[in-house]
Amino acid sequence: MPLAFIVWITIQTGWDTMVELVFRRRVGELLANTLLLVLLTLPLSILVAVTLAWLTERSDLPGRRFWAWLAVAPLAVPAFVHSYAWVTVAPGLHGLAAAVLVSVLAYSPFLYLPVAAQLRRLDPTMEDVAASLGHGPWRVFLTVVLPQLRLAVCGGSLLIGLHLLAEYGLYVMIQFDTFTTAIVDQFQSAYNGPAANMLAGVLVLLCMGLMGGEVLLRGQERYARVGSGAARRAAPAELGRATLPCLLIPLLFAALSLGVPLLTLGRWLSIGGSRIWQGADIGGAILQTVGLALAGGLLTTLAAAPMAWLSVRAPGRLQRVLEACHYYVGSLPGVVVALALVTITVRVALPLYQTVGTVLLAYLLLFLPRALVGLRASLAQAPVELERAAMALGRTPLQAVRQITFRLAAPGAAASMAMVALGITNELTATLMLAPSGTRTLATEFWSLTSEIDYAGAAPYAVMMVAASLPMTILLHIQSKRAAGR
Amino acid sequence: MSFLQVQGLGKRYGDAVALEDVDLSVHAGSRTAIVGRSGSGKTTLLRIVAGFESADSGRILLDGRPLVDGPGVVPAHRRGIGYVPQDGALFPHLSIADNIGFGLERGDAGRRSRILELLDAVELDPQMLERRPHELSGGQQQRVALARALARKPALMLLDEPFSALDTGLRDSLRRTVARVLCEAGIATILVTHDQAEALSFADQVAVMREGRLTQVGSPQELYRRPRDRETAAFLGDAIILPADVDNGWASCSLGRLAVTAGSRRGAAEIMLRPEQLRLVVDDRDTAPNVAEGAAEGWGRVIDVEFGGSVCKVAVALGNVPGQRNPLLLRHSSLDLPRIGSRVRIHVEGEAHLFDTPLR
Repeated sequence: MPLAFIVWITIQTGWDTMVELVFRRRVGELLANTLLLVLLTLPLSILVAVTLAWLTERSDLPGRRFWAWLAVAPLAVPAFVHSYAWVTVAPGLHGLAAAVLVSVLAYSPFLYLPVAAQLRRLDPTMEDVAASLGHGPWRVFLTVVLPQLRLAVCGGSLLIGLHLLAEYGLYVMIQFDTFTTAIVDQFQSAYNGPAANMLAGVLVLLCMGLMGGEVLLRGQERYARVGSGAARRAAPAELGRATLPCLLIPLLFAALSLGVPLLTLGRWLSIGGSRIWQGADIGGAILQTVGLALAGGLLTTLAAAPMAWLSVRAPGRLQRVLEACHYYVGSLPGVVVALALVTITVRVALPLYQTVGTVLLAYLLLFLPRALVGLRASLAQAPVELERAAMALGRTPLQAVRQITFRLAAPGAAASMAMVALGITNELTATLMLAPSGTRTLATEFWSLTSEIDYAGAAPYAVMMVAASLPMTILLHIQSKRAAGR
Repeated sequence: MSFLQVQGLGKRYGDAVALEDVDLSVHAGSRTAIVGRSGSGKTTLLRIVAGFESADSGRILLDGRPLVDGPGVVPAHRRGIGYVPQDGALFPHLSIADNIGFGLERGDAGRRSRILELLDAVELDPQMLERRPHELSGGQQQRVALARALARKPALMLLDEPFSALDTGLRDSLRRTVARVLCEAGIATILVTHDQAEALSFADQVAVMREGRLTQVGSPQELYRRPRDRETAAFLGDAIILPADVDNGWASCSLGRLAVTAGSRRGAAEIMLRPEQLRLVVDDRDTAPNVAEGAAEGWGRVIDVEFGGSVCKVAVALGNVPGQRNPLLLRHSSLDLPRIGSRVRIHVEGEAHLFDTPLR
């Protein structure tokens, strides 16, 4: 739908205006900025993630499990809270280098998770065989281990890339212009429809380019373990004298990615004292956030249910394509979705403009994949055989679905609803652009306070957002362990 | 002069003993099978020889060169020992050609022809070269794994249950191919397996492993005919173990008077017969058969018959030993199977084996 919207807007705007709007220096700068950001952040993130994953999964580093948790933990800190912390620590921090630094710290867990899971899943016998064929440890890593991490690296990189393109708060705070920040600026300052829309069009193209690139790089290969038999657990590499320097790597990462935000928050909280916790502001923001989050979670889960049902119970080619569409919508930047909804409501259904309904619709589009993943898994817990067994015992089909399938799928559905709700809690861009005036969520309140340079006042909101992100982070970590069969 | 020497090898995992004081020597160009149940330590031994794991004590010499000697350990990639794991462990990201050529230098001019030569040796079609491992069947994957391990012309080849994941028919044909290829190349081989039939048919020398120790090492015939104890006897095939009274090279038991292999012991002992030494003859006379004193023969009544295709099993309760608890399980051709209840004579052919170990 957003894609159709872009096409439609282009036609409306007219070819000449579009050319004029797209091919100008400002767009060139933004394009260069965004591309540089992606091209610098991705390799660095891959390096950081693979190093950390190897250390925590394959070496005898002391406290490996602890470091594994710390490597995932930065996910609990929303990206714009990361940059808020860094701006506090080093007020002079801005521009490309700062953007890359904060992006790597905030997003490399997205790569760490799949890479670590894949490392755990790899059959160590393959490395043994390579060694018996005369390859030293380094060459074994480069020729056998690294190529098999390709899928994990591709998937994680795509996720990070999409985040880099979509993130707004992080880059505004450190004064780095990307397409997303420019679109929001454009929208807020001039409410200049066509200009913002054209930028959004370029952004969508970038996203699609990223996804296409990932498909190309991933290729058609199957990297599953060939053959059967129980895979042994790999013997951890002995670090020996390198232990101490190796210990410094996760320590440094944790200090930068967790220490800085936590210390900053702690400092602001202590400076602010009890003042910042008082007033109806916080209570109101919490109430509104919870309300929006629950409504959005429920709506999104309901919307995802038919697709989840189809893809589990009647898998087929058409269903796969449909499902892929759901995922693609979810990978579009929030700003594009918001812009599309604004334009549509203004032109077609003005009464809906800036209502809670529009915000919820945006949440639905943005968080559909999350709900879908959770629902699919929970529906798969309730195999159709159980329903048939219930019907053989005299239940009508509806009764069987209600008594068996709903029961079994309910915990998973609740979990996916919670995940969506937590995502909504920390959503900034779409909420800023779409919410009716007077709406105050944790994220928007944090945002408006930091815009007024009231960093101390913003700290409580940040803390609450971190707390809201923790369950998701923990779940992701546990899931990746379970996916690897441990 | 043996080619590979393992001396006093020991290995523990925490409190669990994996290997204890293992001695083994392998002659150049010979085939050795290490056979034992899962968890007996046989794979650990193989992995230490390959260099994938370190030993706690002991030495390993290959062609006089120490591989493991106290703290001095040659790393796996400098040992020049080939290794074929249980499921082949082909590199899934490489084509078959690149898998086989993995151990060869990339820029080598003869690389391609060597790959083709190896593919031919393991009886695979050259069309497979550009395929991926997952497009091959299990047997083909194992052939590729063997070719890959042969590429560097190792002096010693280690096979870690390479046939166990395959169907029976495929397993036999692959085992013959492997034996032939390794024999032609003159490579000494150690095969680890839990399948006694595989061990007996593959190797010149069989070593039986139990609880981290090699309990007996010898030729397949020797181990099969003269196992050291009950466990080894039962592990290497069906065994009929009977109490007997031994005197001067003869054993008196429920199957009559039998010659025994080792003749010096006297008194109560256990003897072992293999089922193929016993022959059933139906003898449906009403009176109890009169077995001649001193004949190698017993009699009994058939209490159960289990049809099994070419070879069937017949359970016989011995008639002249009222206290005999377990019926004898005998093999019989599926032609003229005796019926349940019929009376049979049992002839014994060849010598009975007398265990060295004292009676428990």
